[in-house]
Amino acid sequence: MPQRIVIDPVTRIEGHAKISLYLDEAGNVADAEFHVVEFRGFEKFCEGRPFSEMPGLTARVCGICPVSHLLASAKAGDAIMAVDIPLAAEKLRRLLNLGQIVQSHALSFFHLSAPDFLLGWDTPPERRNLFGLITAQPELARAGIRLRQFGQEVIEQLGGRKIHPSWAVPGGVRNALCREGLDRLRGWIPEARRTTLQAIDLFKKCLKTHGREVQIYGNFPSLFMSLVAQDGTWEHYGGRLCFVDGSGNVLADQIDPQRYYEVIGEAVQTSSYLKSPFYRPLGFPEGMYRVGPLARLNVARRMGTPLADAELQYFKKLGRGAVNSSFLYHYARLIEILGCIERIEQMLEDPDLLSDDLRADAGINSLRGVGVSEAPRGTLFHDYTVDRHGLLQKVNLIIATGQNNLAMNRTVAQIARHYVRGVPVPESVLNRIEHGIRCYDPCLSCSTHAAGRMPMWVRVVGPDGRVLQELRRE
Amino acid sequence: MAAVTLTINGKPVSAPAGATVLEAAQDAGIRIPTLCHLEGVYDVGACRLCLLEVAGSNKLLPACTTKVAEGMEVWTDTERLRKYRRMTLELLFAERNHVCSVCVSNGNCELQTLAYEAGMDHVRYPYQHPQLEIDQTHPLFGMDHNRCILCTRCVRVCWHIEGAGTKNVAGRGAECRIITDLNQPWGESETCTNCGKCVMACPTGALYYKGVSNGEMRHDRHKLEFIVTAREEKQWIA
Repeated sequence: MPQRIVIDPVTRIEGHAKISLYLDEAGNVADAEFHVVEFRGFEKFCEGRPFSEMPGLTARVCGICPVSHLLASAKAGDAIMAVDIPLAAEKLRRLLNLGQIVQSHALSFFHLSAPDFLLGWDTPPERRNLFGLITAQPELARAGIRLRQFGQEVIEQLGGRKIHPSWAVPGGVRNALCREGLDRLRGWIPEARRTTLQAIDLFKKCLKTHGREVQIYGNFPSLFMSLVAQDGTWEHYGGRLCFVDGSGNVLADQIDPQRYYEVIGEAVQTSSYLKSPFYRPLGFPEGMYRVGPLARLNVARRMGTPLADAELQYFKKLGRGAVNSSFLYHYARLIEILGCIERIEQMLEDPDLLSDDLRADAGINSLRGVGVSEAPRGTLFHDYTVDRHGLLQKVNLIIATGQNNLAMNRTVAQIARHYVRGVPVPESVLNRIEHGIRCYDPCLSCSTHAAGRMPMWVRVVGPDGRVLQELRRE
Repeated sequence: MAAVTLTINGKPVSAPAGATVLEAAQDAGIRIPTLCHLEGVYDVGACRLCLLEVAGSNKLLPACTTKVAEGMEVWTDTERLRKYRRMTLELLFAERNHVCSVCVSNGNCELQTLAYEAGMDHVRYPYQHPQLEIDQTHPLFGMDHNRCILCTRCVRVCWHIEGAGTKNVAGRGAECRIITDLNQPWGESETCTNCGKCVMACPTGALYYKGVSNGEMRHDRHKLEFIVTAREEKQWIA
């Protein structure tokens, strides 16, 4: 009899979601769906607000990556004012984004995902979390937490607070870095770099025993999209959009982000509050593409800093043209942390960071503005239409996690097909399916991540809607 | 001027006849919370935060418009007053859309400061969530009715310090609004002198300089006091 298994909630992710597994008569997985079960409504309730308030307002979308929204929103504001912001302001915004990527990636790797592959998939769930990691490997856990703290410190030194700084504004930024802040960050660099290199070593060792995970955790060809510099260098703030396919062939390059809508469409599915963007020329759902660390590293030809470039070469050898396994998002994330730390170190020598020429001033010079930046999880779009007084008439936000929606669905199905053989489904297998989602480090709204004690509820439902079996993980 | 003697919170205080209890308290170093009161313009007793208990009266009276009297016994900080002040603040928050975290005046708002002081950690009344407009038609300033508490400070400074009479009040009850001239877009006002005194006077983020972002708004109220004092003391006449 066909059955449906529900994993609700999915744990150790940022936000609330559940997974449905549909079993066929033989007990094999026929299909799987990843549902985002929360609704926020930002696009609607921002209508009518002045665009100058949007960076601080949209930053409230999320407690993990407020900086990403802050920057995309400020850039959309720059476009509405039609100004080039002062060079110092752009450098400072870049520094902020690098700090954001470090802290978010460290959170994803050490706090949320590492317990699975460092402690083992079959470890009991009460120990398979950050606290279990602290018990088993206290030095590693401490270093990981400190690495995230370093990223947060970059944000605090610039924005005045770690979470939800309203520091970037249309036209520039509010203040520069101070001398003391600069020295503090500079002193922290060696430790941050050391931790990252250790984590990279550790993950590479892990890869040797996780061949199966690499093979089945979201390993399929798809398109990849990210911002990239004109010369093919990894980019996170400026640059233009580039799409490559699963073999690394460039499908579209140097697309002006202001015209993203010509290449990206958004599909709506009734099973989730998350929209499913797709690459227009291939249509839906064939135009499925992935964003985030894996995509950025597949698109970029070089990282632009020595240590990260050396790692990128090793990374590129894991695929043919492009690395297709979503399990390697973790590796890509660590390489990006390394690249960010190297870039931060280089930037801290720049006297412009202490400049006071930080803000351009202008009225409403364009009624539509698009702001794009690379959030830790992938490319983020803020698209605003305003009236001639600067009040928002229409808001469209395309979030990184949404762009990975189709790929996450497929990843869940791929893992489930491999492991699930009828009911009952062992807890460790359900966790593997959840990990398929964790690879993408989805940020479903905000900082509601659990410490590993959230209950998991699995329901097996017959075709008549009758609950055939209930499994609970407390 | 003849002086009268009264007690505030049991403390004997002397004040000139004709002074308000608020003035007498301020001179004696006794703080009474206020919101619609603004130095330099007359008082209207709109916000009800400065309410007092006066011996011999069952009614609570506003300190800003109650005149001192000989032998008057006044209490400014009783259990009953704290209860009503907190209730008043909660009603102000429930009436319109005050979202401090994304407000231009976050951290520089008199309403927010008073709510902190009163320990207002939640609102017991249902939020009304009215859909109110924002007027950004003026080249320099914006008015967000969602954040307006109808204290009428802007109206009073516009009429009595600037003398332009641009800002007015229209409507009653929940329909009450601050309007510009004959209820037209601010940018089309023929009387507004673009002086910005209303923006300086606003206790919340309802009136703001265009382009400011969250928490960035500063109300330079001392400029208003400076103008009024200089005018009254004739400091500009050599």
